[in-house]
Amino acid sequence: MQARALEKRFGDFVAVDRIDVQVEAGEAFGFLGPNGAGKTSTMRMIACVSPRSGGDLSVLDLDPATDGSRIRARLGVVPQEDSLDLELTVRDNLLIYGRYFNLSLAETRARADELLEFVQLGDRRDDRVDALSGGLKRRLTVARALVNRPDLLLLDEPTTGLDPQARHLVWDRLYRLKREGATLVLTTHYMDEAEQLCDRLVIMDNGRIAAEGSPRQLIDEHCTREVVELRFADDADQQRALEPLHKIAVRIEELADRVLLYSDNGEADVERLSAEGVHPETLLVRRASLEDVFLSLTGRQLEE
Amino acid sequence: MATAPALRVVYHELHVTRRFWRSSVFFFVLTPVLYLGAMGFGLGGLIDEEQGTVEGLTYLQFVAPGLLAAAAMQGAGNDSLWPVMTGMKWMRVFHAMVATPLAPADVFTGTVGWTALRATAGATVFLGVAAAFGAVPSAFGLLAIPAAMLCAAAFAAPLTAYSATQETDQRFPLILRLGILPLFLISGTFFPVSQLPGVMQPLTWLSPLWHAVVLCRGATTGSLGFASAFIHAAILVGCAAAGWIWGMRTFTRRLYP
Repeated sequence: MQARALEKRFGDFVAVDRIDVQVEAGEAFGFLGPNGAGKTSTMRMIACVSPRSGGDLSVLDLDPATDGSRIRARLGVVPQEDSLDLELTVRDNLLIYGRYFNLSLAETRARADELLEFVQLGDRRDDRVDALSGGLKRRLTVARALVNRPDLLLLDEPTTGLDPQARHLVWDRLYRLKREGATLVLTTHYMDEAEQLCDRLVIMDNGRIAAEGSPRQLIDEHCTREVVELRFADDADQQRALEPLHKIAVRIEELADRVLLYSDNGEADVERLSAEGVHPETLLVRRASLEDVFLSLTGRQLEE
Repeated sequence: MATAPALRVVYHELHVTRRFWRSSVFFFVLTPVLYLGAMGFGLGGLIDEEQGTVEGLTYLQFVAPGLLAAAAMQGAGNDSLWPVMTGMKWMRVFHAMVATPLAPADVFTGTVGWTALRATAGATVFLGVAAAFGAVPSAFGLLAIPAAMLCAAAFAAPLTAYSATQETDQRFPLILRLGILPLFLISGTFFPVSQLPGVMQPLTWLSPLWHAVVLCRGATTGSLGFASAFIHAAILVGCAAAGWIWGMRTFTRRLYP
């Protein structure tokens, strides 16, 4: 997959602003960013369900503008919003979807049973989809995306709205696919998801790419090794602490409910805090994450 | 063997309906029994006593083809409004379809094709019941089945195209009440158009249902000449074609923004 100066406009609104992206076969690639950053618009152009407004795009060495149907035949798509047929059973959803790809019924049957085992829905195969929980529906959607043995799997916020347990199961399955050599492109606004699954990712903001690299690279380049999170009893306390904090750290970030202190040695800085007379109510030293990268790049938090 | 893309959409609908086929058949039979019972025998008995015949037919024979065409229109109306909203928005199955090799045009064609197919099945049952009631004097009556299919397509194509432009179903009841219902009442279904006030008579040419009624009545009574049958059929084909062109656009705009 390769994009050059890829652009998407809706009237005057620029959703995707001339981005360059390249994804190699076998790679797990992520678009990370807040809602409205242009991730979904980008994904829809790659999925050949939204024409580009400008730039070049090639998917599986074909042009979506002219070969949309041929490309889609080789894609697996997990859309952001569920699009399962609630009136049909779990298994029938897979069978019907296989028909859209013109797979033979016999082939799809075998494939469906295999996939239902893979996403651990084997025992629910004859249940109506209507009755499934959000997590089970997502798993079925992942299975459905694999019916045609895709060369490229596109996942738009695959775990948004799932509880932690359901999320981990989806991650686990995606991780397995990745290990088996599948090419994954996913969008997420979860930092932990990007860190778990992506070999490489871009951070998108306002339709542009703010940074690109592996999760580790991005943290190294745009952040310190550790972060100290401080919470204060009240605003006045927090305001008083700011001046000494600036003395200690290269960079601090003031959020609504806490102060982040970027540090190369968290423990040492914590000791200096008490020496400076700063006494936060709670204090946490943690490793820097992509959340911190995003914050340092845009000055905003990823999740409101 | 490759199945045409639009047929794969029909296959989906067929699969969904398979769960409810008993109720579908039940309603296919119930519709003509109720309509022909009430209008043909109930009202018709009264008219036949008072007036003798309508355009040389018993009232049952007169009204049966009108009701057959009207049932095709109503079926198309029902299938082309809320189910399209379900596919586009409520369940998003249309979005699932166009993520595969299928294109929005295939989804549109398949959806309208399915509606026409259902109407054809309904018309076949309707015609069978009408024939059993003695309401179909001519063997040409079989031609009422393709006429009903044309009628369904002439309504389904533009209505399906229109539904794809809507964000809510707020206007759908209006379409039924201000569009489908008046056409049902004044398109020569229950009484000859000559009963309408003089100024309104030419307006019936604008009603696709009227053309379908003329075709169906011409078929069941074996009284329609080839030339006029061709003109009425061509007008229905024209409505379907215009709706099809429009639907290509609205489906593409909605599904591939």
